Amino acid sequence: MTELTELTLAEARDRLRAKDISAVELAQAHGAAMEKARALNAYVLETPERAIEMAKTSDARIAKGEAGPLEGIPLAVKDLFATKGVRTTACSHILDNFVPTYESTVTSQLWRDGAVLLGKTNNDEFAMGSSNETSFFGPVISPWRRDGANTELVPGGSSGGSAAAVAAQLCLGATGTDTGGSIRQPAAFTGTVGIKPTYGRCSRWGIVAFASSLDQAGPFTKTVRDAAIMLRSMAGPDAKDTTCADLPVPDYEAAVGKSVKGLRIGIPKEYRLDGMPAEIEKIWQQGCEWLKSAGAELVDVSLPHTKYALPAYYIVAPAEASSNLARYDGVRYGLRAPGRDITEMYENTRSEGFGAEVRRRVMIGTYVLSAGYYDAYYLRAQKVRTLIKRDFEACFEQGVHAMLTPATPSAAFGIGEKGGADPVEMYLNDVFTVTVNMAGLPGLAVPAGRDGQGLPLGLQLIGRPFDEETLFSLGAVVEREAGRFTPKVWW
Amino acid sequence: MNEQTRPSKLIQGATGGWQVVIGMEVHAQVASQSKLFSGASTEFGAAPNSHVSLVDAAMPGMLPVINEECVRQAVRTGLGLNARINLRSVFDRKNYFYPDLPQGYQISQYKQPVVGEGVVTVDLPDGEVVDIGIERLHLEQDAGKSVHDRHPTLSYVDLNRSGVALMEIVSKPDLRSSDEAMAFVAKLRSILRYLGTCDGDMEKGSLRADVNVSVRRPGDELGTRCEIKNMNSIRFIGQAIEYEARRQIEIIEDGGAIDQETRLFDPGKGETRSMRSKEEAHDYRYFPDPDLLPLELTQSAVDELKAALPELPDDKKVRFVRDLALSSYDAGQLVAERDTALYFEAVAKGRDVKLAANWVINELGGRLNKEGRDIAVSPVTADQLGGLIDLISDKTISGKIAKDLFEILWTEGGDPRALVEARGMRQVTDLGAIEAVVDDVIAKNPDKVADAKTNPKAIGWFVGQVMKSSGGKASPQVVNDILKSKLGL
Repeated sequence: MTELTELTLAEARDRLRAKDISAVELAQAHGAAMEKARALNAYVLETPERAIEMAKTSDARIAKGEAGPLEGIPLAVKDLFATKGVRTTACSHILDNFVPTYESTVTSQLWRDGAVLLGKTNNDEFAMGSSNETSFFGPVISPWRRDGANTELVPGGSSGGSAAAVAAQLCLGATGTDTGGSIRQPAAFTGTVGIKPTYGRCSRWGIVAFASSLDQAGPFTKTVRDAAIMLRSMAGPDAKDTTCADLPVPDYEAAVGKSVKGLRIGIPKEYRLDGMPAEIEKIWQQGCEWLKSAGAELVDVSLPHTKYALPAYYIVAPAEASSNLARYDGVRYGLRAPGRDITEMYENTRSEGFGAEVRRRVMIGTYVLSAGYYDAYYLRAQKVRTLIKRDFEACFEQGVHAMLTPATPSAAFGIGEKGGADPVEMYLNDVFTVTVNMAGLPGLAVPAGRDGQGLPLGLQLIGRPFDEETLFSLGAVVEREAGRFTPKVWW
Repeated sequence: MNEQTRPSKLIQGATGGWQVVIGMEVHAQVASQSKLFSGASTEFGAAPNSHVSLVDAAMPGMLPVINEECVRQAVRTGLGLNARINLRSVFDRKNYFYPDLPQGYQISQYKQPVVGEGVVTVDLPDGEVVDIGIERLHLEQDAGKSVHDRHPTLSYVDLNRSGVALMEIVSKPDLRSSDEAMAFVAKLRSILRYLGTCDGDMEKGSLRADVNVSVRRPGDELGTRCEIKNMNSIRFIGQAIEYEARRQIEIIEDGGAIDQETRLFDPGKGETRSMRSKEEAHDYRYFPDPDLLPLELTQSAVDELKAALPELPDDKKVRFVRDLALSSYDAGQLVAERDTALYFEAVAKGRDVKLAANWVINELGGRLNKEGRDIAVSPVTADQLGGLIDLISDKTISGKIAKDLFEILWTEGGDPRALVEARGMRQVTDLGAIEAVVDDVIAKNPDKVADAKTNPKAIGWFVGQVMKSSGGKASPQVVNDILKSKLGL
């Protein structure tokens, strides 16, 4: 019998239903694995007692034949999701010991469907980062290492803890959020599957906001099927979030294994960057071949405004963040650093409570919204955003069903290796992913192979709005060809 | 805009006449059960922080959801101001830090308000009528309340008001005197109360105004303005404008220049003083709120609201003059307050309209005014006053007795007709009884009789004597007729 932690979400679900295993056993196995893997720093809070309680409830429901779609499935939750009675900090000092009295819509739907909470995962502070190095709780160490090396690598970010927890088999799935690539980039770095659904597919209510017009929740899982199962529970309309789409949620799992014959797949030429590693180019080519052999039709497409996406993103996202983070002022909750008057209290609290990257983005955001700069920066960036969206729409109108691109411009890098001197070096990680957020489209990252040093590489599939199903069908093809990627346990 | 210069409105300075130019931003609290973006109650006077939702307290991850009733109220107000309704409007964030602003930004409408240009017709005390342009109306959140005087070093914050819906109604700079400004606010308040979109209670802060004042020589470009913040009394608005206009004129006439600044009015001293200069003004970093979709309305929904609007004061006045043949002045008095108009209409229904108007304006209005009471809580109800008028009309009581009856109704209450019966106040129309009194008075006063024959006006004295002897209950008309015949006049 395989270790319980090695099961996929779908396998565990089926074995639980068959009463072959119990939810309590499954939670205990993961609890033990988490304990052994503390060196990874994937979790910032473990909730073993709650997990066992929830698992017992699940076992009782399974016994009564009332199992929900995720009954007894142990999951990890990014620390950006408010969890009732469970500390939620966005991995920021400013939310030290903040315990919400409310549950985010997405997680409440997971619990409604029977899932079990294992703990809260590490992330870049307020989801600002691409390596999980900006967390107040310290960096996450990737379970992956280069062949024959001991260098500590990043799992990507901002949802680095969730990605590492899934890759290291410390949960059967985890929630993430993606504002510019924070699900897809860490998924690619850790050989896991991650999907950022269409903007408006999942409710943002109860998720600590970074950039409201870009933030979207999605799952990390071991397989495409698992992602489909988990997204179905996470998605859906919510009257508490007016940007959340009032559309029914399809049975995504049914799309896994469905034929992709006749689908037109766009290959955007602008994603072929100068100086891009040959291995990335190769894996992209490989992905094209796989889809072609599966019956899809490949077409060259152009997304001419791609090169403006990253600069525009780094105006829009900080602008919204500067305003969204204004509520962390030391007045009502979280950290308060005293001062002689209210202004000094604000200054002390916010300079002590926010880390360097958050402070940088708040400053950038404040600047681009200032009188006299608004038109030149924010307004212009919004216009660029419209053009990026139109680029995609034009392709879809020409019959393209989805696009295939690399997920990241490189494999995972070492901790402390990037962005120390120049933050833009770090921002470039998001070059393939931000366009999707800017256009509000769904994007799936799926593992496709390894580089010469044995590190996983991922491909990105970009879909039409609210057509996650096509992405799951295509992702399953890549997964079938490429296989699954699991790191060797060294921790 | 009203660009004609009205010479009578000029303020005389040392070097000639100055025109004062006034524009207003009126903040009217929307009459609604819950807040603009949360389900928390808007009830006034509750225990501190008892009407605060997670959204109002800006907890992490909370999102605003528009209260459609507040939008309807804003649209109805726009329609009442004869204004254009924008079928698409956008909510923006106005960013600044303050302890009673939990989000660190106020959700407001900056570039695309829900209501565009409109007009309010204002009647001035001297009978002049001016049209004041409305620039826009937008919806925004109110802030909470900071309390600074409860603790030596700390401030308290009450978030009950945080997130309550306000309508900011911005006038064009069309006002030319403090009288116009006061009449404008009074008219706006009246319209809001007719519509039921704001209770107009200035003491509770439901209606507050920021007043922009500048002065110029007639025909010149607009002068530099100062904004007087947060005025919550019509009388103080008048005083503040008078003071501020003279202050600015003096500075300019002394060779100085006006600094654009925000000022506060001190009612104790009757002065305005500087609060912050233009340089200290915040940079609010407005941008569209990404948590909210643009507000889209359909023309049919707007039309539906329009069809359901109540009759507003201007229309009501026209109708009173046209259909009830009231004077323009009386009609104006009756429609100024919705409650007065409703009261009058209840009294006048099926009765002598002029008599009803007279009683509502003079007797009741005078008494309410004297005692500082509101017609909505008048001790004499419309039914009672109507009953009183019925008694006059069917000649059961005289006008004089009616005043006594009114006094009883005011202090003791009761049914007018029953009171008249019980207290023997019925007017005496029995000719025999009156004749006897007349004969008696004539017999006792031969000198007056002789006097009356040469001076017919002296009959008044006899009328008075007869009325007195009858305890005021004799019908004055009957007394007059009998006297005339007995005296041979």
